[in-house]
Amino acid sequence: MNIDYSQEELAFKDEVKSWFEANLTPDLKTAAEAGADLGGAVSIDQMVTWAKKLSNKGWLAPSWPKEYGGPGWDTTQLYIFDEVRAELGAPMPFSMGVVMLGPALMKFGTPEQKEKYLPKILSFDDWWCQGYSEPGAGSDLASLKLSAVADGDDYILNGSKIWTTYAHHANRMFCLVRTNAEGKKQEGISFILLDMDIPGLEIRPIISIDGEHHLNQVFFDDVRVPKANLVGQEGQGWTVAKYLLTHERSSISGVADSTANIKRIKRIARDHGYNDDLQMKLKIASSELELTALRYTEFRMLSQLESGQVPGAESSMLKIKGTELQQAITETRVDMAGHYAYPWHSDEAVGPDDFRYATQVYNFLRASTIYGGSTEVQYGVLAKMVLGL
Amino acid sequence: MDLSFSEEQILIKESVEKFIEKDYDFDTRGKLLETEEGFSRENWKNFADLGWLGVAFPEEYDGFGGGATETMLVMEAFGAGMVLEPYVSTVIVGGNLIEIGGSEAQKKSLLPTLIAGDLLLSLAYAEKRSGNNIANVAVTAEKQADGYTINGEKIVVLGAPSADKLIVSARTSGDIGDESGISLFLIDRSASGVELSSYKTMDGGRAANIAFNNVKVEKSELLGQEGQGFSILERATERAIAALCAQAVGMMDVAYKATLEYVKTREQFGIPIGRFQVLQFRLVDMYMSLEQARSMTYMAAIDVNSDDADTRRKAVSGAKAYVGKCARLIAQDSVQIHGGVGITEELDVGHYFRNLTLFCNTLGSTDYHLKRFAELSQ
Repeated sequence: MNIDYSQEELAFKDEVKSWFEANLTPDLKTAAEAGADLGGAVSIDQMVTWAKKLSNKGWLAPSWPKEYGGPGWDTTQLYIFDEVRAELGAPMPFSMGVVMLGPALMKFGTPEQKEKYLPKILSFDDWWCQGYSEPGAGSDLASLKLSAVADGDDYILNGSKIWTTYAHHANRMFCLVRTNAEGKKQEGISFILLDMDIPGLEIRPIISIDGEHHLNQVFFDDVRVPKANLVGQEGQGWTVAKYLLTHERSSISGVADSTANIKRIKRIARDHGYNDDLQMKLKIASSELELTALRYTEFRMLSQLESGQVPGAESSMLKIKGTELQQAITETRVDMAGHYAYPWHSDEAVGPDDFRYATQVYNFLRASTIYGGSTEVQYGVLAKMVLGL
Repeated sequence: MDLSFSEEQILIKESVEKFIEKDYDFDTRGKLLETEEGFSRENWKNFADLGWLGVAFPEEYDGFGGGATETMLVMEAFGAGMVLEPYVSTVIVGGNLIEIGGSEAQKKSLLPTLIAGDLLLSLAYAEKRSGNNIANVAVTAEKQADGYTINGEKIVVLGAPSADKLIVSARTSGDIGDESGISLFLIDRSASGVELSSYKTMDGGRAANIAFNNVKVEKSELLGQEGQGFSILERATERAIAALCAQAVGMMDVAYKATLEYVKTREQFGIPIGRFQVLQFRLVDMYMSLEQARSMTYMAAIDVNSDDADTRRKAVSGAKAYVGKCARLIAQDSVQIHGGVGITEELDVGHYFRNLTLFCNTLGSTDYHLKRFAELSQ
């Protein structure tokens, strides 16, 4: 049992730290302090600029192997990178391309697809959005209905996708479609890539309870997509999607950012007169203990991965506990905001910056226990796959 | 023991409920949100005509002669409709401050005007560092030969942009945190030296931070005795908290029922999601939270006007802490169980969520009142 870093790892940590210190702009740092790098405080342009900067350094896709242009780091290096990044208040650009599509293409894509798409994910020239959920297919994703009917070398798509984050910024979408309505529902699903500017595709904004536009519904009306855009075989989409979700879940605990955010709420408690408030201190301490337990649970899982084991359903626990913790931290910030929970989307700050986005972020993060497989779904996974019930 | 309502009380309750159902649906409310003031003056006049502004005030001031029970019934229905008209700031807070602290002359001139719908009020008590404690007053009122001069800043003054008069807590003596030495003043919102920075609030209302720069007030604009404002503020706040609890219960009721309806109709995996036990138990938790919160609201309505100060304080802090806990649970669970659609602005559930979140941060947090209750019940 040992969690100390080696000399090489410490040197790596210094390298990461000095690059972020030299390159992180004050606007992003301020946004992170305000707990609002997810929205509100940072514009899309600022985020794109930041993504390009990370890309130039070769750090936009830290988990990617060298052969596909990633840094090829091991799990400890990845952990260090994330730890330092979050501590310094540097956001990771929201990239479905990096986290989800990339790993899927590496495993299931043709050489042509890899060559065409992976470099543009790395350079952030392509912005990918995810077309999974539908109005009738949420937790029960496999019941999705968006139909893809073969017509010569194309499929013709009809139906709709919902909760599509940043569809209005993306130029491409990876999408689950139904190529066969007969038989077992999982086996009629295919995974396809498409451009957002094709005829027949329409994007409708959905405003969320933080008052911002992150989400969309996307409508498909006789949208033509080449069959060559399939990833994997026709009918293999569910396998690809499941592979992606395992990847998403293992990065979803958010330990690094929660560590940084707990530091922040401790500072806020000191700065805003809560240092003598025992109840507030107990609340923060409880969150810190949850964090510590989660960090060590994650260590144990990483240690198993290093010894060659495959990530299993245990990662559902990281998702449940990690998102609950993120929510608890934002809730504490709202508690401390007191009267300043009231002002809403004012052009100028009417109170301390520490509370300006507190309710917005709290509201939006309610989604974290819903997306990527809701907490209830994860409970089901744990009960079935781990406990054998 | 009888916890039923009188015929008159039921009539009031039903008339407000009918108004919400017929004239205050979610879309109508949505349009009001977008207006300049964020509410309808026409509705306000209507409330006055129906007698709702005077339900809890004595008949001698043109009121209906009711009390905390009538207020509870109106507020629960207003909560269900998330009513935007300034009933809390004007009637519940402002009206009670005048009734409790005002001179006979002030009551005679102000309450009938308020009840007729011609006077909007707003209480300016919170300050940058005041936190939950209404005794943390730093704004000063310096005595002059003919009155007072007010200086300082108040924050998050709810309903201020539309108010005719502000009721301002200011220190005439003592230090921040002292209960004695706080005085209350009735100040015209448009008085010279009163500077509002207005903004929207998460519940769709309007508020302002207000700077008072050498604002001159007459002696006659003092509400209650000089330096004795705290007890007026405390009494009015107690009534306001009891009313806010009822308003929260009204919101919780709708959020819970909407969620119950949703799990019965939303199908996944080929069955209504309400058939999953993991959701059934959560709905049962919501149901129990709602009913327990309603019980605490009844308790508060009964004890809020007790002659015994400790009984009042315990009732109010106990209710605020308990209802706050239930409000958070129902707010969060109703969003969670609705899934994606729960976090959209299009659905009313997200708005109940926001408003219930604010309830927890209004007139003392859940934690603050729990602590206060613990100290009072030692």
